[in-house]
Amino acid sequence: MWHKRREEEPLRPSAPPAPAPPPVVHNPAPSPVEAKKEATPVSNMPPARFEPESRGGSATVGKAVKIVGQIYSKEDLYVDGEVDGTVEALEHKLTIGPNGAVKATVRSREVVVLGSISGNVEAADKLEIRKDAKLVGDIKTARIIIEDGAYFKGSIDIVKPEPAKAAPKPAAPPVAAAANASPAPASATVAEAKR
Amino acid sequence: MLFPGPLKGIFGSRSGQPASEAPRQVNPDVAKVLPRNGAPNRNGAPKMTATRTSRGLEEFFTHIRGLSGLTILDLGGASQKNVNFITDLGHRLYSEDFLSIVQEIFGSDSADQSNPGQIEYFLKQALDYPDGQFDGVLVWDVLEYLSPALLTAVVERLQRIVRPKSYMLAFFHADDKQEMVQSYTFRIDGVSALEISERGLHRPAQLFNNRSVEKLFGRFDSVKFFLTRERLREVIVRA
Repeated sequence: MWHKRREEEPLRPSAPPAPAPPPVVHNPAPSPVEAKKEATPVSNMPPARFEPESRGGSATVGKAVKIVGQIYSKEDLYVDGEVDGTVEALEHKLTIGPNGAVKATVRSREVVVLGSISGNVEAADKLEIRKDAKLVGDIKTARIIIEDGAYFKGSIDIVKPEPAKAAPKPAAPPVAAAANASPAPASATVAEAKR
Repeated sequence: MLFPGPLKGIFGSRSGQPASEAPRQVNPDVAKVLPRNGAPNRNGAPKMTATRTSRGLEEFFTHIRGLSGLTILDLGGASQKNVNFITDLGHRLYSEDFLSIVQEIFGSDSADQSNPGQIEYFLKQALDYPDGQFDGVLVWDVLEYLSPALLTAVVERLQRIVRPKSYMLAFFHADDKQEMVQSYTFRIDGVSALEISERGLHRPAQLFNNRSVEKLFGRFDSVKFFLTRERLREVIVRA
């Protein structure tokens, strides 16, 4: 058994990759350089392949960063540094990383706390306070998840989301009027698309 | 149902009624507060959890059921079950991790708990609420960890921050002869069901009997006891 393993090890670098799905080739005529890459996966990979793991397109405040002021985010936000002020990501997810220390009023669609928040938090959809996280402040949210080991001091208001109001149906609209009304949104959409 | 280890006697014996009136103080040098969350048992055994009927809890909810929009204070720290249960009833929940604050301010040395400046600071950190703010308080067993001076100050503050005719639920160990008692985490499992998890053994700062509990809440409107088959007294206090 041991002998067999020793035999296999030196062969690994030159061995072709295991039966992986065939690579998607955009260039119909692959260059010799690419062929070499496949043979030795450890060497000379393009830098783009070694980019740090992205957080699903979210903006990040790193753990060595301190921001004093107001943050408005139109994308998901990951805060692992310090923030003093206000943080708003009204339609997005805000994550306070394990090193994050936020002294701010927070408003977001969804908030996940792994570090600490000192300030009031409004999470329209959901708030998660993970183990070892600390939150001191008043909470308004639709749903809350508190793991054992989390520290929380403050009040909790569960605000049930209002049911989506159905568009009021006009009482028996005349057919002609309905026919006239329907193209309007379409034309507006086209106009917006043209812009 | 029998449990091994420290929960062995949880459903085992009825407590007797002690004769003496004053709470028996434990040597402050050895009185110790354990952190609320995550403290392992001293013997390293896994924590035991049991769910049982709680008439005290049932009585507490009897007075707030049917109402909504009340303000409830939970001194046991935030837990998912308690938060869900209270907020699902339509109430607003305030959470204080009371024992963590005790530990943070006084450490494990209960001698400091008689320092007036420290007591004032503690009240500002843990119970700084307007008068008449709360319609109910879940005190659980936290009062057992307080030395007499701090306990008196805390009970006075509790009386101020609850509305008249509101209710508090507190637990005290029934056996006032034990040097070491089990501390618990309490989670609401239903209107009259309580999930009790062991948190570890500790020496309480004081041990109480029925008379001393009545005396402690002497300025409140009424005190009602519920005898349980375990070594805990459930006490409903009406402001």
